[in-house]
Amino acid sequence: MRGVVLADAGGVVVEMVDAINANRAKLSEIDGAIGDGDHGINMSKGFTQAGAALGDPLPPLPKALQVLADALFEGIGGSMGPLYGSLFGAMAETLGSAPVLDAPLCGRMLRAGLEGVEEIGSAKPGDKTLLDSLAPACDAFDAAMAAGRPFAECLREMAAAAEKGRDSTRDMIARVGRASRLGERSRGVVDAGASSCCLILQTIAAGLEKRLQA
Amino acid sequence: MNRIINNPDLVVEDAVRGYLKAHADLVAPTGNPRVIRHHLAPRQGKVGVVTGGGSGHEPAFLGYVGDGILDSVAIGEIFSSPTAKSFHDAFVAADGGRGVACLYGNYAGDNMNVKLAVKQASAHGLVVKTVVANDDVPSAPVAERAKRRGVAGEVLMWKVGGARAAEGADLEQVIASAQKAIDSTRSIGIGLSACTIPAVGKPNFSIDNGMMEVGIGHHGEPGVKVSAICPASEMADLMLEHVLPDLPFAAGDDLAVLVSGLGATPIMELYILYDRISEVLGGKGMKVRHPFIGNYFTSLEMMGVTLTIMRLDAELDRLVAAPARSLGLTKVVS
Repeated sequence: MRGVVLADAGGVVVEMVDAINANRAKLSEIDGAIGDGDHGINMSKGFTQAGAALGDPLPPLPKALQVLADALFEGIGGSMGPLYGSLFGAMAETLGSAPVLDAPLCGRMLRAGLEGVEEIGSAKPGDKTLLDSLAPACDAFDAAMAAGRPFAECLREMAAAAEKGRDSTRDMIARVGRASRLGERSRGVVDAGASSCCLILQTIAAGLEKRLQA
Repeated sequence: MNRIINNPDLVVEDAVRGYLKAHADLVAPTGNPRVIRHHLAPRQGKVGVVTGGGSGHEPAFLGYVGDGILDSVAIGEIFSSPTAKSFHDAFVAADGGRGVACLYGNYAGDNMNVKLAVKQASAHGLVVKTVVANDDVPSAPVAERAKRRGVAGEVLMWKVGGARAAEGADLEQVIASAQKAIDSTRSIGIGLSACTIPAVGKPNFSIDNGMMEVGIGHHGEPGVKVSAICPASEMADLMLEHVLPDLPFAAGDDLAVLVSGLGATPIMELYILYDRISEVLGGKGMKVRHPFIGNYFTSLEMMGVTLTIMRLDAELDRLVAAPARSLGLTKVVS
């Protein structure tokens, strides 16, 4: 079975930091339509702090994810600190001290992250939140794995579902968080959290795929 | 954006530094740059009273650390909840051995971060109980009160909880009094202009010139209607029409009334509004025992005003009247 050597995969977190920073202005602009317009600013602040805390040489992926979770819990607050902190914290815990990430472990990692977010937040799929990227991405990964597809394809299915999920928030009405105060007026734009979550999942998928070893 | 700032990404850090320098007789720094405490906290044998919230609402939240009110406060980014770590560190800074009351407002981020912080505190034996303010009438129907936001009613909740703790009450009693305070309190805001988060650089909503948004939230959340600006006395009537039937307030009630500017409103206009509010309440047979008029809970440079009314029983009257000294609210015993 193909897998990713976790000791060599801490760079996936660096790639997430770079992706968030590269999209700082774009994420804030998306947020500005129905939110404060500070989503990219706050995410960039937390991820940059995480990047600085990773150290050199890079730690293994489980440790790097925990560093990221801690930086978000301690660094950015708002709603995104606890939500993304719970996501990455649960992922790190699931990986534990495993040496290699194979498809079943990756599926469990994604599922644990989803459950971490659901436990701390009050949203459900369809409420126009980051769950609308995350939940379908987990489901797509599991479905691809159940269909016997190779790990790389499971990752690509996951990333594609995250993007589709992000786009599905355009027609939703926000039911939790500040945008929920807008009611019908929240329809017509994609959710900022679903956008950053999609970006993160795409980066994880690409980062793991390029580190896959036979 | 014409503002008095240095780096727009560091406005909170810069402001907290200045605040600590200016008010060293009241407050002191902690090991966490986003937590400040009463200069004598933790005070042994006293229940710690704590709040936290996003910045941009000054003097809320940090300005209510003082004698007879709050022991510590967690400070967030502009309009953004403090971190769970900051709430936790604020609990520790206030812990005098009899537990901590965390009295905060109903927002998604604050709810999550407080929940995490309470869990973290309980892991090392620190008991924290919470009261969540939900006084903003227009933010949800009365049947869904749990969804309502916390706004300027939080100030009266802190006053009551802080005074109860200063009397030597235990944690359950402090929580019960603070809960009663917010359950007896209703608020509404009117916005006349938008506000700008410095790091964003432009307003995230707009109110057309000559218009006002009735029921606006403290971060520009939309209200219940947008209409043409009217004279202050009509604004007062409109606000009272929303607030009075909601509790409901009735003839014979004793009240605390808090009128707060939202940041850009001239203080004299708050008194123009209060003149009418006082007249209407008096006409309905209610008595304002404790008026608070000023900038108690703002929204950056928003033009506008909030009205908060609390119905007093003997206990709430005693606790609102109790002496207190802080930047945001001072009560001198006459």
